[in-house]
Amino acid sequence: MKRNYGTAYAVPQALWLTLFFAAPLAIIIVYSFLKKGLYGGVEPEFSLDAYRALANPTLITVAWRTLWVSVAATLLTILIAIPCGFSIAKSRNQAMRLFLVIVPFWTNFLVRIYAWVSILGNEGFLNQALRLIGFRPEGYQFLYNQGAVVLVLVYMYLPYAILPLFSTIDKFDFTLLEAARDLGATRMQSYIKVMLPNIRGGIITAVLFTFIPIFGAYAVPLLVGGKDSYMLGNVIADQVTKTRNWPLASSISMTVTLLTGVAVFLFTSRSHKKAEVAKDLDPRALPAEPSGDSVRAEVR
Amino acid sequence: MAARIHRVSAWRVAALYNARRALRKGARAAEKLVPRKAPVSGIIFWLVIAFLFMPLAVLFFYSFNKSRSGQWTGFSFVWYQKLFLDSPDLWKAFSNSILIAVASALMATVLGTLAAVGTSRFNFRLKKYVSAMSFLPMVMPEIVVGVSLLVFFAGIGLKLGLLTVWIAHTTFNLPFVYLLVSARLEEFDPSIIEAARDLGATELQTLFKVIIPVALPGIASGFLTAVTLSLEDFVITFFVSGPGATTLPLYIYSMIRFGVSPVVNALSVIMVAGTVLLVYPARNFLKVFASR
Repeated sequence: MKRNYGTAYAVPQALWLTLFFAAPLAIIIVYSFLKKGLYGGVEPEFSLDAYRALANPTLITVAWRTLWVSVAATLLTILIAIPCGFSIAKSRNQAMRLFLVIVPFWTNFLVRIYAWVSILGNEGFLNQALRLIGFRPEGYQFLYNQGAVVLVLVYMYLPYAILPLFSTIDKFDFTLLEAARDLGATRMQSYIKVMLPNIRGGIITAVLFTFIPIFGAYAVPLLVGGKDSYMLGNVIADQVTKTRNWPLASSISMTVTLLTGVAVFLFTSRSHKKAEVAKDLDPRALPAEPSGDSVRAEVR
Repeated sequence: MAARIHRVSAWRVAALYNARRALRKGARAAEKLVPRKAPVSGIIFWLVIAFLFMPLAVLFFYSFNKSRSGQWTGFSFVWYQKLFLDSPDLWKAFSNSILIAVASALMATVLGTLAAVGTSRFNFRLKKYVSAMSFLPMVMPEIVVGVSLLVFFAGIGLKLGLLTVWIAHTTFNLPFVYLLVSARLEEFDPSIIEAARDLGATELQTLFKVIIPVALPGIASGFLTAVTLSLEDFVITFFVSGPGATTLPLYIYSMIRFGVSPVVNALSVIMVAGTVLLVYPARNFLKVFASR
């Protein structure tokens, strides 16, 4: 007779997350319906002011910008990451290539943002290099605009997209591509019609790993963006730390969370159906398998 | 006696498991003998690597620059000297970061591993709640987590400091550990556990002598992921940190306005070099890590 210890095992984590994740979130929801206190904080009085304030045209502009910057950056990231993952999966030296992808991420991300500032800045590397080859002697401002924000966002989240894509492409049966070619598909057709549906799971993960953090981005637009590149994350932070309008910060947070949630739900549920179909087509849906090292470690 | 039998059988089951894995691996290796060539994607890959390393090259370059500005004025070790001899604030922030990273990763690893063991083996009423709660923080924008924790700490009157940073880091680390350990546990044959129980092991013995050893790669990658996430985190820490609890990212952030001192570049170069030397020999581990 096997006793059920499930609850005993799970209770510590459940308690922790209830207390430090669910409860704070509940407070945010409550705060978004309260009146703003005179000196920060809230008054215990029901009010929809914080939601009415969302209709503010500046805020709508920021929300719209956040959405398109996130979509553009995510799309670019995924488009670059797919061939990279493919190339790593095909390589004879996968571990080495993965290592190369991960190394830059052991530098603190603020330091890397700052490095980008010194590359793109007025007196930065790029302008100096352009001047050397006799281009734009007056120097071009690459920094503090939306292009810079998208570029640095893509830079920051590429590995988060490359890793899951690599692991699904690595499990993809490459002989299917040959089969497609034998059946008369062009190379491009074989990639798009045979490989893409089979790696859908990896694409979904990669999109989630990039879109969500980019949508809530705070540091990148603050440090490499200009006045016209503020995103919702910056507005929330300003409301909390500068204006101290907690209800408004809460209502914007709720909106960001809901928008992310809806996007994630729509995206996963739609792609999920297709992914299921794709899975049925793949005769060898093998589970993930780690390399020999971990197996050796486990016997020890 | 019972413990001895139990150990031997666990060993044998593990060996069997190992052999099965090796067989599958062999099949995969054979598949790789077929020449695969991908020139276009290869070119893209190396361009991306160049792109990823560009800021690192800039850091490296500036860390040896004599002057503080962007212009190259000559080679010097002055920033390295300054880093080791004259940067007490930076080292304080660095040690805070390490302390928080290790402490929060430990807490998250203990809680997350236990929960993963529970949900992978049993059905119970809380199960859905636990897995939902472990998924949500990952899909929640960081800034929302940070703001909500700040409001929460203010509400219960907890003073912002190392303790609040530790709580926050443990909270965002938990789901990752839970997920990595769960993935590992899903892979192994549950009959090993049944066998251990049949041979008379208690629940605790089973946990420490069978489950944890088998799940160790997952637990280790969970712990390392947690340490990395914690060392890197800026947004959440920014909201929940108070006086005396400055972590390295916060310290760097406070410098950025005045232009980061090349001392930070020197520190980054040393940290990257250190991590590369530590991890390069174990790079195969990354593959396991990536396939999670």
